[in-house]
This record gives sequence, structure tokens and C-alpha cells, in this order.
Amino acid sequence: MLTSKVFVKKTKKGGVLKVVREHYLRDDITCGSQHCTKCDHNKNHTTYDDQDDGDDLKNQPLVLSPKSDSELCPEPHYIIPDTNVVLHQIDILEDESLQNFIIPQIVVDEVKHRSLPANKRLKDILSNCSKHFYTFCNEYNNETYIERQAGESSNDRNDRAIRKTAKWYTEHLAEYQDDIKIILLTDDKDNRTKAIEEGIKAFTVHDYIKSLKNGGNLVDRLAWKSSAGSQQEGKYIYPEHLPTSEVLKGVKSGKYLQGSFMASRENYLEASVNVTDSENFVLIQGHQNLNRAVHNDIVAIEMLPKEEWSCPSSLVLEDTVSAETDDVLEDDLKLKNKVPEHLRQPTGRVIGIIKRNWRQYCGILRPSLLKKGTKHIFIPAERRIPRIRIETRQAEDLANQRIIVAIDSWPRSSRYPQGHFVRKLGTIGDKAAENEVLLLEHDVPHQVFSEKVLSFLPKMPWSITEEDMKRRTDLRHIVVCSVDPPGCTDIDDALHCRKLDNGNYEVGVHIADVSHFIRPGTALDDEAANRGTTVYLTDKRIDMVPELLSSNLCSLRCDVERLAFTVIWEIKEDATIVNTKFMKSVINSKASLMYSEAQARIDDKTMNDELTISLRGLNRLAKLLKKGRIEAGALCLASTEVRFQVDSETADPIDVKTKQLLETNSMVEEFMLLANISVAKKILEEFPNCALLRRHPSPPPSNFEPVIKAASSKGFTLDCSSNKKLAESLDIAVFEENQFFNTMLRIMTTRCMMQAVYFCSGMLPESEFGHYGLAADIYTHFTSPIRRYSDIIAHRLLAVCIGADASYPNLLEKKKTQTLCNNLNYRHKMAQYAGRASVNLHTHLFFKSRVQDEDGYVLFVRKNALQVLIPKYGLEGTIYLNNDKKSKVQFIYNEEQDTQTAGNVVFHVFDHVVVQLSIDRSNVQHLKLSIQIVQPEVMIIVCISI
Amino acid sequence: MAGLELLSDQGFRIDGRRPNELRKIQCRLGVFKQSDGSAYIEQGNTKVLAAVYGPHEVRGSRSKMLHDKVLVNCQYSMATFSTGERKKRPRGDRKSTEMTMHLKQTFDAVILTSLYPRSQIDIYVEVLQSDGGNYCASVNAATLALIDAGIPLKDYVCACSAGFVNDTSIVDISYLEESGGGPELIVATLPKSEQIVFLEMNSRLHEDNLSKVLDVASKGCKDIYEILDRAVREHVSKVSHSLATTD
Repeated sequence: MLTSKVFVKKTKKGGVLKVVREHYLRDDITCGSQHCTKCDHNKNHTTYDDQDDGDDLKNQPLVLSPKSDSELCPEPHYIIPDTNVVLHQIDILEDESLQNFIIPQIVVDEVKHRSLPANKRLKDILSNCSKHFYTFCNEYNNETYIERQAGESSNDRNDRAIRKTAKWYTEHLAEYQDDIKIILLTDDKDNRTKAIEEGIKAFTVHDYIKSLKNGGNLVDRLAWKSSAGSQQEGKYIYPEHLPTSEVLKGVKSGKYLQGSFMASRENYLEASVNVTDSENFVLIQGHQNLNRAVHNDIVAIEMLPKEEWSCPSSLVLEDTVSAETDDVLEDDLKLKNKVPEHLRQPTGRVIGIIKRNWRQYCGILRPSLLKKGTKHIFIPAERRIPRIRIETRQAEDLANQRIIVAIDSWPRSSRYPQGHFVRKLGTIGDKAAENEVLLLEHDVPHQVFSEKVLSFLPKMPWSITEEDMKRRTDLRHIVVCSVDPPGCTDIDDALHCRKLDNGNYEVGVHIADVSHFIRPGTALDDEAANRGTTVYLTDKRIDMVPELLSSNLCSLRCDVERLAFTVIWEIKEDATIVNTKFMKSVINSKASLMYSEAQARIDDKTMNDELTISLRGLNRLAKLLKKGRIEAGALCLASTEVRFQVDSETADPIDVKTKQLLETNSMVEEFMLLANISVAKKILEEFPNCALLRRHPSPPPSNFEPVIKAASSKGFTLDCSSNKKLAESLDIAVFEENQFFNTMLRIMTTRCMMQAVYFCSGMLPESEFGHYGLAADIYTHFTSPIRRYSDIIAHRLLAVCIGADASYPNLLEKKKTQTLCNNLNYRHKMAQYAGRASVNLHTHLFFKSRVQDEDGYVLFVRKNALQVLIPKYGLEGTIYLNNDKKSKVQFIYNEEQDTQTAGNVVFHVFDHVVVQLSIDRSNVQHLKLSIQIVQPEVMIIVCISI
Repeated sequence: MAGLELLSDQGFRIDGRRPNELRKIQCRLGVFKQSDGSAYIEQGNTKVLAAVYGPHEVRGSRSKMLHDKVLVNCQYSMATFSTGERKKRPRGDRKSTEMTMHLKQTFDAVILTSLYPRSQIDIYVEVLQSDGGNYCASVNAATLALIDAGIPLKDYVCACSAGFVNDTSIVDISYLEESGGGPELIVATLPKSEQIVFLEMNSRLHEDNLSKVLDVASKGCKDIYEILDRAVREHVSKVSHSLATTD
């Protein structure tokens, strides 16, 4: 049967266009129930999908006799939810106890249009066989398709379509013995009455879930009903959001600006909006102006008149309002002070939300005064997210637990958004739970690899076959070694160097050939692409590829034959490169050294074996290469990285060490850089449109302002006009009295830098390919394919260049590559944050049973706080000043000179202080690391949380 | 294209077809009495009329005349009301000229041209409504018209298009699917000998996938052949029946 859809559409030019589309109605769409014998279930998928695994489950996911716990409907039944139920209660639908749902196609479509995250989660549920969810294509079935009636809104039409589907199912399954009931879940009253009139069982989600015998914990997880959202009339805290149509019109006409909302980490009353299509950030201040926007939302803002422009206050504010009463005004007052004209920045206010980007948040419950109450406040771990009101009956259970909560809505009358409890992660302070929080908060995929992914691993025992040898260069006779940090099991690079007869050196970098094992398009490849990078936590490594590959088959361990991708240069005595060759090879590493071992060999004059000579050659060339690079303007920046020495039994940290840097570190680094640059050149030459490269944009001059200011306070001028000038001026900024001064300056400079990012060469003009930090025209990542997916792509591209492998469609499509790059950049950033958070967590554990005095330096002076760096632990803490109004010591902030003064003690940037570190136990729920200044002597006690 | 899912997870295309299903085809032969042969075909919402004149002596300048074979003259035009927005020029624009050329090449290869030296065959194709696959429908209609005119052909020529979405080939793509920007393969074949008369591809497709898409398109051509053949047989039996009764 054939019908056609006719509708009218506006064209881009403004004309009106009639669009006619065909719409085929079919009679071969099955009901998906194992109960049914009428439908030809096999036809459904086999026609185009030749996978025959678990066909039964795929075509008929709805089980024969669904178990029923509901008191409302004790008979076995299938459930049909409507669109709003799916959108708002997706958390519940994900619960494994809810099974045998029929999702009409119209619901899937509507969900897709209304919310992408919900759509993704719905898709995941639908593809999970154990959930027994079935998508019924009601729109293509000639018995359930309905035409929109005259005067009927499209929402009403869709509701009617869902009812029609429910009706059809009821009749379809009625003919069988011990018949299965169909239940329609909808929160729309009108829809419900109509359904009941038509003879369909219909309930609200809340009624249904409450009627489940074991639905106790599900009730907590129900999202708030929008109607029940405590609509206390009269008292609105926030201004109204404009309707979407008006917002979009305003954005188009330029009256409003659209951008992504970034809440400030330091001050909960401040945020900036990154306006789309421009580099500008617009400042937003105060509750009224923030107007219920949450971090990462896409918002529409209106600019304030110039007189009301403000500047980011240097206050560090934590939301500490404890009572339920919303003394918003007072908070706003804190910020109300006139700002001198020259400091003013563009400031605006949020007038509407274009798209919410809410996710699930980890955090803890705030201890409530009423122990038995059901309403609680949830404190997210991420400081940029506001507190969330939730309703739960198990507050006592959850008191010392890390939990996950989702936001449902944020009504005008409520100070905080409203949400619901999703699940608990574990006890606070428990390392496993804390790690879990860390990984979830940073969106690190950390599940164990699925069976499907593992099925693409090579079968063990694995060995190199004749076939492999034929297409590879045999380099097993060459003395190759790897140099890595201690405890490294995923060795992805090895080196060699030997003198040629013509006096030049031959240097080879051998990289694990991961792309040999991970073939494009497999589940293994998809999983690695999604993970993007291996994440290193202090006590744990979350692998990008399964362990068999990362620590065994790909790892270039000594004395075993391994497949490698090799770059070989012929280098002259003065480190100029004569030629470069790329090849797939087989190597046999002679030694896996640690940095310190390699260093010892180089330094030990008595050792003169082939390996040591090779290392010395490498070291010598590396020094020359480094010199050349620094002359070109490469920056030498600093960051504090620490290593915990961990108790082997309890895995608790017992000591902390900052990472040591040896000559050999920079030796390996130098050759890796060289390899990356060589490969980047090669792949760009061959694939000008789709090479995956890495660039580091030069930061805008305004970024450097804080460092320049800080340096000038000590009488040094930094020239930030180019990377070379910057490097030079950093080199001379040495301060005799303060050894650490230069390092701190470099740390501060590091923070001014832009993020280096992956990109696809076809998407940007060539002038933007450069790498600022390394002073290279072009760069990519090639040398760590075990732990970075970008390198795997570089390997594949290079393999095609040298004819060692075939290309595949997605590799050559620049849009796909760019999408991939965006994911890699995101994962990369998150992995870094997760790593830092993990160090913080361990610092916490370390100080659990300790009180220690340490040297520290003032990094920044803020209006009400000092930020102090403690180099030994790489720790940065905020010391709040003037917290206690009654305290005798009151600090006075001098904005001109950036100082804080109390009596005769003055704190400048870079000042040396001695601080005492301990754990503040005043709040059992939320342990804080407290820092007290011991020297110079001022009596203040303050807390920081990390 | 953002937002438009050309192939749903359940394996249906936007209009409710499965990937390997053609649109509904309806056709008639002998729709005009004035021309020597004519046909009308509907492939979904694409509707095409074709008329064939000849073979007759070469009209216009005699210099076009070929001494060893017949001159195949084609004209492709689209009615001004055939698209959503009214077309300004029904023929003579770049696209139509190209299409005319393609049709000429296609039929030059199938008509037994050496049988009629120094003469001319005209094929006029008019697209009445366009919804993707204009070339395919034109070729199919012209084949029927040629058969109706009794012009000797090597075989039927059947044309069919195919696209490639989410690693799945989709056959006989509609206008909506064409405009998504994905690859489009158009092929005209001689179904019996499985020879390819014409092949065109738009946008990029990795060579690994080419054979898959080509298979699907050729399968589409064969399916179309079945339908055309049935229509021809029906038409012929009807005509012969009416001839028998008039005698």
C-alpha cells in the first residue's frame, strides 16, 4: 500500500515549497513477541542483515511470559511508553528490572528530535538484548499508520499514533491463551483518558513504578514530575527564560548572542560565555544574570549596557549558603562594587537556554538536618555544577556514599535545580569508589573490554608468520634497545644507532606496529577510537587496547621478536639529516632499559659494548638536535609532576617524589620528536587533505598578561612577541635569592599556553599547522600507538604512503577524520584532568595520617585568598584570607601591587612561605586538606578543598 | 546530512522501504497514437513520458547523416512543473544537455544501428514529475517506447541507481536520498548478457565498496527488467488480441 506525505516547507530563500514524499505502508512488520505465531518473524531482518547470531532474540525480543510485579496489573504484560516518559525517565528505563517494552518508532523519532543524549541512551537500551526492548515501526505498518486530521496538532497526532499502536497490540495478542496485556505509560492526563476510553490500560509512570513490589529503589530514581515541581506561586527567584522562537529570532537578528556557557571554577556566581563564531568571552555575573544556566549549556545572552559592565572579581567564592532560605540577594551584593572603567569587560545576562547539556553528576549528599526527611541537597564533585535538590527515602544509607544524580528541571521558583538519584558508587574515601568518581567525572570509558572487542585479538600462542616476514624488512640483527620509565610495560618505542662506512650515522626509531593488529572497522578499532588514549592514574592504568596487545604483543620487550614500524635516518656528524626511510619491519630488542640504567651506561667509561656505544651516539646527536630546536625557538616549560611511592600491600602512598629528569629522557624525546616530524611531512605530502596532524596555536598576547605582571614585580621583562623571544627572556629571568623563581615563572607561562590539538589537514589553511611550543612547522603523533589512537591513524596513513597496507574509506574522508580528531582532543584533555585529579586524590590519602611542614611559594595573590604552590608535592592550594570576621588578623588587599598585608607581614607573588599540611577532619563527609601558614608568622587557619 | 537518518536502525529508509527494495513501478506502452512508439513510466514519484519516431530519413541538415548506421537523436526535457520550484527552462540547460548526451550514448549502444544506414531515429523524453532517478526512469521509458516502435534492440536496457549509507547499499534512491550528499551510482545494463552500457558516479566512494554498490544496482536493473518485460508481454498480447478480433 502506498500513501504520500505532503507538506509545505519554507525554503532558504524565503519562498514556500510544497514537498511531496512517498510513504510506503507495509504488511510485513512484525510484532516482535515470542508469543505470536501470526507474524513471519524471520523475514524481518534476514533480508538485508546476514548475521545469523541470536536471530530469535533479535527479531522477537519480547519474551513469552513476562514476569509481572505490578499490583496495578498482575497479569503478564508488555509496556508502551510515550515520548515524554522516555525523555524524562530514561534513567529508570535503563534499570535492568524493567523489561519487555515496546517502543513505537514515532517515539524514537521524537526523542531524536528533542534530545540527543536521551536518543543515544535509548539506542543503547534498544540494542541490549537482555533488556527485551523492541522497536515497533508503527509508521510503516499499514494497520497502525494514521493520517493527521484537520486541525490536529502534530503532538496530538503522535499521541494518537501511540494509542493506535497500543490498541493494535492489544488486539493482536488478544487471540492467544493466557493473553498478554498491553500497558500504556503516559503522564499526559488527556492522553490517558482517551486511551482508557479506547479500552487500553494506561497509567502514569509514577503510579506504575510505585505499584511494583520491588520497585523501592526505582521510586527514588523517578524524575520529578514537572507539574509537581513545587510551584509555589508568587515567589520567583529567577527571571523567565524567553520562548525558543523569540530567542532564535533574536539570535538571527543579532539582538542576542549564542554561546556555550562555562561556569567559573572559582566563583559560583561567575561564568563566561564563549560566543559562537567569535573569539570573545562574555562575562556573566550574579544569580539573576546567570539565570539557571548550567555549565556546558548552550545559551542565548543579551549584552548589558556599557555602564553595567564588570570584571571578573578576584574573589574565590564557594557556595556555602546552608539554610533552605534563599538569600540570593546577599550573595549578589557581595559582587556589587563599582569597577574602574579600564578593567571592565563585556558583560551580559542569560535570557534563554538554547540547549541543555545536562549529564549525570557524581557527588555526595549534604547532611540534612531532618534525618528522616526525603528532600535533600546534593553536592556535585565538579565545582562548576550547582547543588541539586533530590528526593530520596534512603538518605541514611547514602550519607557516606558517593552517588550519581541527574538533573530533571530548574523551575523559576527554586534556587537549585531539581534532580533524582541514579545510583551509588561506594563509600566516601574508599579508593575504588573515589577512582570510579574520578573516571566518571572525566568521562573516561573504563568498562572491561566486551567479548566482541576481545574476539578480534590474535589467537595465542602468536608468532610471526612467513607471510608477515615477506612484506617486512628483517632488522632482527640490529642492536636495538628501548629506554623507558621504571615499571613501564607498554613499550612502544625502541632505538638504534650505528656508524656507517661513509662516516655518517644511521639512526632508527622503531615503533610498535599496533595497526597490524587493530584492523579498521572492527569492534576493537571502534573501541580504541572511542577511548582515544590510555589514561594513567597514580595507581591504575586504563588501557586503550586490551592488555594482550598493550603489554605483550605490541610491547617492544627485549629478547622477543616483535613487529615494528621503523623510521631510519642517515644523519651527518653535525646532525643534519641526509635521508629518511620508512618501513614495516621485524625487530628483536636487545635490552629494555630504564632511563637511569641507560644514563649509567653512557656515563660508565669502562663499558664499551655495542649497545653502549650506540646509546652514546644517540645521546650526542640528541644534544645537537635539541640545540637546533632551541635555536629555532622551542620553549622549555615546566610543570610539577610527582610520583607516589606506593606501599605494596595496602597500595597507599608512603612517599612522594617529583619526577627526575635525566639526559636520557631528553635523548629519547628528541628522536621521538624527529620521528613525528618526519612522519608528519611524509603523510601531508601524500595526503594533503586527510592527514591527521597536531598543532599548537600561538597564544594571543593577552594570555601572557598575568605572567608579565608577575615578572615585572621582580624587575624582569618578558618578551612574548614570539616563541624564540619568550624562550630567551625566560632564560635570563633568574633570581639569585629564590632558586625556584625561574621554575615558577615557567609554570606560570605554561598556563598561558593554548591546548595543542589534533586536526585534519584538509580542514585548515596551511599557515595554521604550526606547533608553537616545539617551534615546528608541522607535527603529528606517531610514536605511541599503544596508548594513543591518533598514532594508529598516523601509522595507517604512513603504511598507505609506502604501499605496505591498503587504505579504507573512512581514512580518506576529511570530515570523518576531523570528527575523530575532535573526540581525541576531548579524550586527551579529559585524560590529563583525570590524571591530575588522581594525583590530588593520592595527596589526600598521603596526608590522612600526617601533619607536615613544607616549603611553598605564593603563585597568585587574589582578593580574598593566596594561591600557594608546594613544589615537593606538586600541590597547589588556596588559602582563604579574612574568612573569619572575628579574627584579629585582617588582611588588606592592594590591587596595584598585588599584595596582601596584615600588620607587618606582606605577601607578594613568588614569596617563600612555610606551610603546614594536614587533613581537616571537622567534616567527616568531606575531608579537606588544610594548609596553614607557619612562616612568616601570621595566625590564620584556613581550609582548602582539592 | 545532519539530522536526517537515511537508514533507521530497524533497517527502513525514510519512505518505509528496505535497502534492497525498488520504488513502485507502473508502466504503459503505446500511450500516443501519433508517434511510432511511446511509453509512460512511474517509478515512485518520478514520472516520465517517452516518444519514439522513426526510423525515417534524416531531417534538417543532411550533413549529420551517417553512411553506415542510423543517427540516434535524443531530446531530454523536464516539464516546468516537474520540480518543487517551477523550472525556468525545460530544456537546453547544462544538465539537460548532458542528460541528452548520456541517453544518446546509451541507445547508440543498444539499437542495432547498422540496420538503418542513412536514416534517423528520434527519442523524445519528457520528465513530468521528478523525484530522483530521472536518468533511470528516462532510460526505462525510452526502452519501452523503442520496443513499442518495433525498433530492433540487442536487449532491453534497464537503468537503476544505488546509494551507500551506513555501510549499506540502498537501491533506487529517491530525490531526498540523492540530495544527502552521499555517493550515487547510476548504471544501465543489458540484463540478459549482464553487460554495462552506462555507468556514472557522483561524489566519492571508496573502491572497496564499489563492487557492493554495483552489485546492488545491477540487481535493481534485473528487477526492473522483470517488470518491464511483463508489461511488454501484456501489451503485446493485448495488441495481438485486438488485432485478431478486428480481423
